[in-house]
Amino acid sequence: MKNKIQVPVVGALLLIVFAIAIVMYNEQKADELGEAANKNASLLVRDYAPSIGNRNAKVTIVEFFDPACETCKAFYPFVKNLMSKYPGKIKLVVRYTPFHQGSDYVVKILEAARLQNKFWQTLEAAYETQPLWASHGNPQPEKLWSLIKGVGLNEKRARIDMQSATIAKRIQQDMADAQQLQVTKTPGFFVNGKPLVRFGYEQLQQLVEKEVRNQY
Amino acid sequence: MNAAPTNQFSENEQAAWNLLFACWILAAISTLGSLFFSEVMGLKPCVLCWYQRIFMFPLVVILLVGMYPLDKGVVRYAMPLAVIGWLFAVYHYLLYSGFIPEGLQPCDKELSCTEINLELFGFVTIPMLSILSYTAIIVLLVMFRNRVRHIRAA
Repeated sequence: MKNKIQVPVVGALLLIVFAIAIVMYNEQKADELGEAANKNASLLVRDYAPSIGNRNAKVTIVEFFDPACETCKAFYPFVKNLMSKYPGKIKLVVRYTPFHQGSDYVVKILEAARLQNKFWQTLEAAYETQPLWASHGNPQPEKLWSLIKGVGLNEKRARIDMQSATIAKRIQQDMADAQQLQVTKTPGFFVNGKPLVRFGYEQLQQLVEKEVRNQY
Repeated sequence: MNAAPTNQFSENEQAAWNLLFACWILAAISTLGSLFFSEVMGLKPCVLCWYQRIFMFPLVVILLVGMYPLDKGVVRYAMPLAVIGWLFAVYHYLLYSGFIPEGLQPCDKELSCTEINLELFGFVTIPMLSILSYTAIIVLLVMFRNRVRHIRAA
């Protein structure tokens, strides 16, 4: 009876169209992202943006991050590992996209810590204690002060420094750049100006290693 | 037609089955379409969108169940879902196009039901697609019921 095959055939057809639409959409999106990154290449790195690794490294990873973002926390050691796998060849530049509520407060602490040359230690401590201060329902960024005691920050000074207008402006600038570059989720990675389109550890590693091969 | 074997569909039954099949295709397209909007394009469904999805997704399953074997009473359980979904779609569309003031909308600020996320060809919005789909499904179900009445009367 022909009724028996109609449904599977049409069902399969619908699924095929669905799958093709996904592939086409993703490709188009990837092109768009690449184009946005190309067009706005100058926005990727600002001279004030914190960076780590060999200054003259030929591979630059730009990461738009939010200290309250769990995935950013998960990627941090991964990126560090990649950097130590190719010593001197990779540089990491971080940009601020405090999308979560209360995150901008933490970014300000990070910037204040930077004035005391303790940016990376503070960032690591903030990531480590993230579940304690960054609960999404009830973020308590002020709690971070007591959690990063081990870093040895001059807290009094940091509390004053973090109010500075320069810092607020930097956060604004980073957010504006992120918007131009179509970074809507964190972490947002760019390797030598190329956006990480399909998100994942492996994809990032491939992108980085391809650049390392091309540059060295 | 007198010679038709009894284990085969009569013409009317086949026509009725085709109507259900068309309903199922509509429901399947609507389901996949809404999944495309939310999962692929990343448009977050608002509360009203969710209610419309809640009444559309099961249609894909229960219509299929009603097709194998052909259940002449399928309208009884498919129609309520379609009508409720249709009401949500109409309400959503009225909100969207501003006929109902925003103060009445049940959405939070983070995910507004009136914010227009997508306009295909400049005028086709998602609630409009939802209304079209639900309306077509209801019309087809009514046609199905009429067919079934014919069969029963014969």
